[in-house]
Amino acid sequence: MAMADQTNVKLLGMWASPFVRRVQWALSLKGVISYDYVEEDILNKSSLLLELNPVHQKVPVLIHDGKVICESLVILEYMDETWKGIPLLPHDPHGRAMARFWARFSDEKLEPNAWTAMCSEGEEKEGALKRAIEAASKIEEQLIKGRRFFGGDDIGYLDVAMGWVACWLPVWEEVGAMSIVDPARHPRITSWAGDFLSHPLIRTNLPPKDEMVDYFHGKRKRIMAH
Amino acid sequence: MAGGGEVKLLGLWASPYVMRVQIALSIKSVSHQVLEQNLEEKSQLLIQSNPVYKRVPVLIHGDNISICESPVIVQYIDEVWSSSGPAILPSDPYDRAIARFWAAYLNDKWAASLRAIAAADNEEAKEAAVEKAAEGLALLEGEFTRSSCGRHNGKGFFGGDCIGYLDIMLGCFLGWVRLIEKLDLVVLVDESTTPGLAGWAERFCSDPAVRDFMPETGKLAEYAKKFFPKYKNPKMLL
Repeated sequence: MAMADQTNVKLLGMWASPFVRRVQWALSLKGVISYDYVEEDILNKSSLLLELNPVHQKVPVLIHDGKVICESLVILEYMDETWKGIPLLPHDPHGRAMARFWARFSDEKLEPNAWTAMCSEGEEKEGALKRAIEAASKIEEQLIKGRRFFGGDDIGYLDVAMGWVACWLPVWEEVGAMSIVDPARHPRITSWAGDFLSHPLIRTNLPPKDEMVDYFHGKRKRIMAH
Repeated sequence: MAGGGEVKLLGLWASPYVMRVQIALSIKSVSHQVLEQNLEEKSQLLIQSNPVYKRVPVLIHGDNISICESPVIVQYIDEVWSSSGPAILPSDPYDRAIARFWAAYLNDKWAASLRAIAAADNEEAKEAAVEKAAEGLALLEGEFTRSSCGRHNGKGFFGGDCIGYLDIMLGCFLGWVRLIEKLDLVVLVDESTTPGLAGWAERFCSDPAVRDFMPETGKLAEYAKKFFPKYKNPKMLL
């Protein structure tokens, strides 16, 4: 099968980053099994990272055949257009628009508020928590009933984009002693999360939970000390 | 449903985000109806078709489809009306990734710095905001130079000979950029600091797909007074 060259793929990442993991899930879905992975120390960024992503200085950075792509959602679309095989985005323009809309919404409204709620206290925490729960409820309302995944019968772009909700959010809830996605209030998200985590290509590609809890406890402490 | 079905745009003449959609519809020659919205008294149609954000632009296509968020809408238009007019996104996946990267930068980082200049109520805040906005424009100047080198005369647009995705994502702000330069007495895009962008801005604003939608500065100034109190100061009247 004609495939883009796999051996010229490099990913700059960080094991506890939800945005990096998206790219790794997508690489797995696209059958790109062998690639160079470089673990970045976020507190001591490599000169390579600073050179390849001068604008944001963040991971993930994908390098394919010498071409550098930054921003996880941009990387996902690049991958979908470059590696054929399992499509990430649906074929129809409306479906694609919906997937793009909700991925942006998750990144603009749910993730930042969940993060702030974890790393703050008092009024700031309450406000962020309220906004995060509202965002989760909007996703819950819009989730299509009777489909296992956002992508339909199998996972796709929006599942990969929202996968952090299944994997990172429970850790942040524990670290922040809070509840955002709640089985009673958000049954569809809860059910989707379970299905996502047990998907064959996902369940072997998850960061270790205990280490995640320790890591984010540490991050929370550092942020709140300022 | 491909290109069939009535097209309506819930819009606002002063909004750069709405302008993006109008330019895209114009490039693709899509006949549509514009329903001008009043954001202080949101219509039922706006609330129903954009329940998540309740803001413009919203593209309503046929009976069942509402698309929200300008980058999503522009890509939708490019895909639905792919056989009409030039492509808005480049064809090469890497070029598309670059265009999307810069569009994300403009939406997530740069637009806020532009707004911050208008909202700044003291000299220090204004200078800080101007510095941030200028940094962003320097990056885009660099990108314009990179993408236009090797092209005849180094002119054209980010998208090549025709207006493309990144041109639309940045160019939509030019009305507000010119207004802010005038009212705040700052320089953002000009021959000496951003020569590439200066030439590009002129070409963009006079492009047939853009001309009709760029707001007139006087009208925009009146509108700006409503949202940025400092512009109500008579010393700043044009």
